Amino acid sequence: MNVYRVAGIFAVLVALYAMLFASDPNADRTSNLYTVASRQGFYGIITLGAALLILSGGIDLSMGSVIGLGAVLFAYLMEEGIHPYLAVPLVVLGGAMIGLVNGLLVTKVKLQAFLVTLCGMFVYRGLARLLGGSIGLTRIREAHPEFAGALQNLRFVLIGKNKEGALEFPIQFVLMLFLVGILGFFLHYTAYGRYWFAIGRNDLAAKYAGVNVDRQRIIGYVICSSLSIFAGVLLLLDYSSLRSDNAGAGMELEAITGAVLGGCSMRGGEGTAIGIILGAMVMPVLNNLITFRGINSDVIPAIIGLTLLFGTLVDEGIRRWFKNGRV
Amino acid sequence: MTPRLEIRNARKQFPGVLALDGVSLQLGVGEIVAVIGENGAGKSTLMKILAGIYSPDEGELLCEGQPVRFDGPADAMAASIHLIHQELNLAENLSVSDNIFLGRELTSLGAIRFRNGRAMIAESERLLGLVGLPPSAARRRVEELPPGEKQLVEIARAIGGNARVLIFDEPTSSLTQNETDRLFQTIDGLKAAGVSMLYISHRLAEVKRCADRVVVLRDGKNAGELAKAEISHDAMVRLMVGRDMTTYYPRTERTAGPKKPVLEVRNLQFRMGGIRRATEGITFEIRAGEILGMSGLVGAGRTELAEAIFGVRPITGGELLLEGQPFRVNRPRDAIALGVLLVPEDRRAHGLILEETIGFNLSLPNLDRLQGLLGVNRRVERELHTNTMAKLRVKAPSAAKVVGLLSGGNQQKVVYGKWLAREPKVLILDEPTRGVDVGAKAEIYALIDDLANRGVAIWMISSDMEELLGMSDRVLVMNEGRIAGELSRERLTEEAVMTLATGGTLP
Repeated sequence: MNVYRVAGIFAVLVALYAMLFASDPNADRTSNLYTVASRQGFYGIITLGAALLILSGGIDLSMGSVIGLGAVLFAYLMEEGIHPYLAVPLVVLGGAMIGLVNGLLVTKVKLQAFLVTLCGMFVYRGLARLLGGSIGLTRIREAHPEFAGALQNLRFVLIGKNKEGALEFPIQFVLMLFLVGILGFFLHYTAYGRYWFAIGRNDLAAKYAGVNVDRQRIIGYVICSSLSIFAGVLLLLDYSSLRSDNAGAGMELEAITGAVLGGCSMRGGEGTAIGIILGAMVMPVLNNLITFRGINSDVIPAIIGLTLLFGTLVDEGIRRWFKNGRV
Repeated sequence: MTPRLEIRNARKQFPGVLALDGVSLQLGVGEIVAVIGENGAGKSTLMKILAGIYSPDEGELLCEGQPVRFDGPADAMAASIHLIHQELNLAENLSVSDNIFLGRELTSLGAIRFRNGRAMIAESERLLGLVGLPPSAARRRVEELPPGEKQLVEIARAIGGNARVLIFDEPTSSLTQNETDRLFQTIDGLKAAGVSMLYISHRLAEVKRCADRVVVLRDGKNAGELAKAEISHDAMVRLMVGRDMTTYYPRTERTAGPKKPVLEVRNLQFRMGGIRRATEGITFEIRAGEILGMSGLVGAGRTELAEAIFGVRPITGGELLLEGQPFRVNRPRDAIALGVLLVPEDRRAHGLILEETIGFNLSLPNLDRLQGLLGVNRRVERELHTNTMAKLRVKAPSAAKVVGLLSGGNQQKVVYGKWLAREPKVLILDEPTRGVDVGAKAEIYALIDDLANRGVAIWMISSDMEELLGMSDRVLVMNEGRIAGELSRERLTEEAVMTLATGGTLP
């Protein structure tokens, strides 16, 4: 069943690239492919977080706000004089705390994940806006000239952009592969992965089998929020300047879209690491294709929606075929 | 000899209900003890305490003579006590082998817990052999297996966890006859290997078949015990209800000659779902004032047939006649408007809105009749609630009580109540007393018989052989999407039904 899902999304991706290359002679230039890959890497990282929660039967709507908070918090800490190399782990730690809060509310207080993270979406966006309005690397360099070298190093190591701001290599894509590799290993080759899948489909079965369901769930939320907030750091390093009121806004839905396209059923208990990568790769190519075709970019949301709907239809078809039963 | 498991004087209070009021139970080595009682007698609570899911408010638990305390199912499993759940408790998206080892995977690399898949599959294959499943099942996804095999997988999992006590909670409720036989073979094998078992079931014939001893609970207390030699249907029922049930099946002989058919089904074809698109044409009729029983194994298509005629499932061919007039149903409201009403098999999913009150559920299908000038006419609605509850003897303080909090029997009465106000012409009963305790069963049977005497055509789909034989005027048996045969009252025996249901032919 998973094989069909992965093959399906792979075929979609191949078709999209083919259409991209056919659309414009400049489309297959390395610089363009690097730009696309860089976006794919970024989306892959947040899709990974969303996918982990979806396949274990959870959801996190606060991701976009946490991404925004990550960018603002990163800038805020540096403006307060904390060295960039120290600021990154501090921000990620903050993300882990957010995940812990989400996870505890869902498991121990037994609130619905949808509501808990919906509240989180507002709360963390508010926090970000309280910490700063518009943020930028330039201002940090002016306030703390001693950080300029470290910032540039981070920018080069995590994003692949040189001093002039040109993309030399899509490091974010490599980062994504690295992170999916680690989580994919746990997902598919360890007992923890089985627990996530089991919980996603039937948490009572997991509980009665003696699995520590709550702990496993909390770990999922911690990973998701940590990845989101780390993505916020990447976002600031990549774009140099952002505004706290819209940085990352709506990205939770794009992450969920990527996860679902990649074969994570919203019913829980389904999903593969390779599918997550492929699912996250679709939307950046689609955006790029629309740009090259010269199509009005206002059409993008509609196309994303239709793509997801189509993916869902195909997926439902596959599921029914395999279930071979009920109407 | 020390009993393997013993509980003394267990008490358990839930909000508003004293579920257990000083129950004691002993289970010896290699012994099979059946625990029976009406719904709400405390069987499930007792089993959940033994399996570590609940902890008792008072009472002592002894394992091999040693006092123990369970703080969760994991503790009970560590003490080799496994519960085989009523609702199958497997992660259906995982493989059989993954489920057998769920929670106790064979792993390496320490805290990383790298799964040793090959070793788990090898061990799974051995365990599956013990319960009579082929080794190839180890790699299959659980959702591909039929219900009976899933149950065997659960047993294999328990054996793999070194179970010395197995607790079965209504193990056969979703099994076919073949699967049930296979389960009993496995149980016999386990008993010979010294495994002790507790067996909860409403099906007294099964209890008689396998139990060494029967413990009867009533209202959270021990009501009595029967040794192997004393086990009989009557004795069990007497202890369960605390009185002799003389009119268990109140069927009256309806002597009047053949009446006119109410519902005629001619060559009906319908969607079974999935790859099996449609069935052979099905033809039968139900006459006014008769109880037509319908038997067949799970998957024979009985429920699907009922759903098709009630408008839930698409009809692809054939003809339906009601009192001689052809009619069509595309959705349940068509059938309801004509007086063809269904009491569905799965009460919790299709029969009731559990979170709502009795009154809400009774009004829902009758709102068209309750209309007043400004929305629902409250006075008429109240009358409907009071009358229905009185007629059906629903045990609840008022219609404002939430349905989900009632016992199974009372819930089922509310499902019947939904239709009574509509003067049914054809009443389709799919498993009319599933999960209903003995006392309420008798009341429901009396109601069904009364409706038939008043001229309602009753179509009763049932997997409960005693109920089928006890209530039906005539029985149709289905097998793999077709009518395998008809049995008149005179020819109606359990053997005849089973022969037809399993695809055989009668002499």
